[in-house]
Amino acid sequence: MPSKLSMVNLLRAGLTYMGLRGRTAVIAIPYIWLLLFFLIPFVIVLKISFSESQISMPPYQPLVQWVGNQWSDIRLHLNVGNFLYLGEDSLYLRAVINSIKVAAISTLLTLLIGYPVAYSIARAKVTIRPVLLMLVILPFWTSFLLRVYAWIGILKNNGLINNFLMWSGIIHQPIVMLQTDSAIYLGIVYSYLPFMIMPLYANLEKMDLTLLEAAADLGCKPFKAFTSITLPLSMPGIRAGCMLVFIPAVGEYVIPSLLGPPESLMIGKVLWTEFFNNRAWPVASAVAIALLLLLVLPIVYLQRTQDRQVDSA
Amino acid sequence: MNAPVVQSDLNPNRKVNVWEDPAATPYVRIEGVSKYFDKFVAVDNVSLNIYRGELFCLLGGSGCGKTTLLRMLAGFESPTMGKIFIDGIDMHGIAPYARPVNMMFQSYALFPHMTVEQNVGFGLKMEHRAASEIADRVAAMLKLVKLEQFTKRKPHQLSGGQRQRVALARALIKQPKLLLLDEPLGALDKKLREHTQFELVNLQEQLGVTFVVVTHDQEEAMTLSSRIGVMDHGRIVQIDIPKNIYEFPNNKFVAEFIGSVNLFAGSLVEDESDHVRIACDELERTLLVDHGISVVSNIQVGAQVWAALRPEKIHMTLDQPTTTENWTQGVVQDVAYMGDSSVYLIRIASGKVLRVTRLNVSRHAHPVTWNQNVYLHWDSSSLVVVSA
Repeated sequence: MPSKLSMVNLLRAGLTYMGLRGRTAVIAIPYIWLLLFFLIPFVIVLKISFSESQISMPPYQPLVQWVGNQWSDIRLHLNVGNFLYLGEDSLYLRAVINSIKVAAISTLLTLLIGYPVAYSIARAKVTIRPVLLMLVILPFWTSFLLRVYAWIGILKNNGLINNFLMWSGIIHQPIVMLQTDSAIYLGIVYSYLPFMIMPLYANLEKMDLTLLEAAADLGCKPFKAFTSITLPLSMPGIRAGCMLVFIPAVGEYVIPSLLGPPESLMIGKVLWTEFFNNRAWPVASAVAIALLLLLVLPIVYLQRTQDRQVDSA
Repeated sequence: MNAPVVQSDLNPNRKVNVWEDPAATPYVRIEGVSKYFDKFVAVDNVSLNIYRGELFCLLGGSGCGKTTLLRMLAGFESPTMGKIFIDGIDMHGIAPYARPVNMMFQSYALFPHMTVEQNVGFGLKMEHRAASEIADRVAAMLKLVKLEQFTKRKPHQLSGGQRQRVALARALIKQPKLLLLDEPLGALDKKLREHTQFELVNLQEQLGVTFVVVTHDQEEAMTLSSRIGVMDHGRIVQIDIPKNIYEFPNNKFVAEFIGSVNLFAGSLVEDESDHVRIACDELERTLLVDHGISVVSNIQVGAQVWAALRPEKIHMTLDQPTTTENWTQGVVQDVAYMGDSSVYLIRIASGKVLRVTRLNVSRHAHPVTWNQNVYLHWDSSSLVVVSA
């Protein structure tokens, strides 16, 4: 077995052979990572979305087929039917719209809750800031699934809240909280709150506080100073936090299926059903691709134009 | 070192300096103000009067409390003890946004997301002025600070000097009666600083605003101010016009802090109303000072005092002076050529090194050079007796 050092030398020799220097190699690592774990799976999904369903293993027709032994015997089965089908059945559109609605409202709620939290941590004493940040991250030490399950125990008809309210005599009939839309919002806001707080904190923490003093000095009252100085300056943090919450929330599957009503129409659930229940891999892949185009591209475009505005400003 | 001194006491339009007029009421009255941060005393029992139209400098090293004092005037800190009156009104409990003062911050604190125009107009917008009025006044103010062509720029697209002018314009737009400036020229390079110093003085005279400037730069203080308050360890150690701060420092700290100085430790051997004599271990002869030391009270014969002598007030010759007092001799240890002047370090018999400066009046090299024996003498009026 070669020693570590000789392995490194071998690697270096190999890289030199390929015309790569150390620095290029270091930069290459994240690119290779993205290529392997993002681009290739994406291409696979893309490929499946253009193929035809069939009862087989795997349950779709290969995109490229050789029917003979010659190059001319190549057969390409490019099927755009899956995408057309998404347009035909209003289920998918409704699911997407509903998912965007749920994600947007949850993102707004997360922002409304997360901003004051991030603000107060950023303005807390330097010595206790790490503790407060630790408390924000603390839930991550438990599995996401377990934490969502814990909410079932809290919300169900004979759960913590209802039991307490009945015991204290405030109510006599349990309030239905589980399997409601509100429970979905609660779950999403609860789960994604740290993703909102972190970028907001990072932004607010580095803000120059003499700007607020300057505003006050010019006759600006504290609340007005917040809306005209702090808020606009924290826009990059708000944007980052909203992206981090909104994008995964649109495709969220676990929370709506555990906490939401069975009939809740969310694209993540639709995808799951197509994929696992209907074994319609091509349609499921088409849903995934369509969702990506529908969401990520406009967001990337938005981000780029805003960056350009900042640069040119 | 050779900055021109703007001496307001030479201003022909002003017969009596306002701070010497007993009938004048001070615009800013600081009465026994102290500020503690936990146990640390930042400002220690400061009392100070500043009059309308003055350009008052608070001068001191870092951590001397000058900025804390300024921040208390602006309302960002509240005094632990004592009172501050501005225009006769007790400022206790009055928030910064309600005070009749504006401040120019050391970092300028320009709003990075606003254009030059929006920055300057911010104060007026807070007063809910009409948009047309804001536009007019902003345009006039930007013209005053010569930034007309930069109205649409953001702060990060400006040079240091331009930012400084935006900050000044923003602080002046509300026409405050009192403008506080925290190290206004600190971030500028030397040439720009000198230029801006005069602009500030002109602007102040033009607008008649009372300026309180905080600086650690004695040259800046000398050039700008009508009066200087020198601070050390949270206390005001001397308040006077620039000339007197330099020529008549009343203690060792001020003498050493402002400019460079040769200090002789000695004991008082003769104390008359018109002259004093000081015996100094480091000099062969006694020092004769041609004025009494009434400025420094409670000093009696035999007391330990310091005599301060500015480097430019020492005459350096190759011949032995004919006088019996106020001279010594030594060897040139070092010469530093500064362009307009040269600094000589002369080691005298006792081993003490004296600093002597001489203007380079002639273009040709000075006859004085390394290891040369020279005689040093000075006028008895050049010496100042200061307390420790």
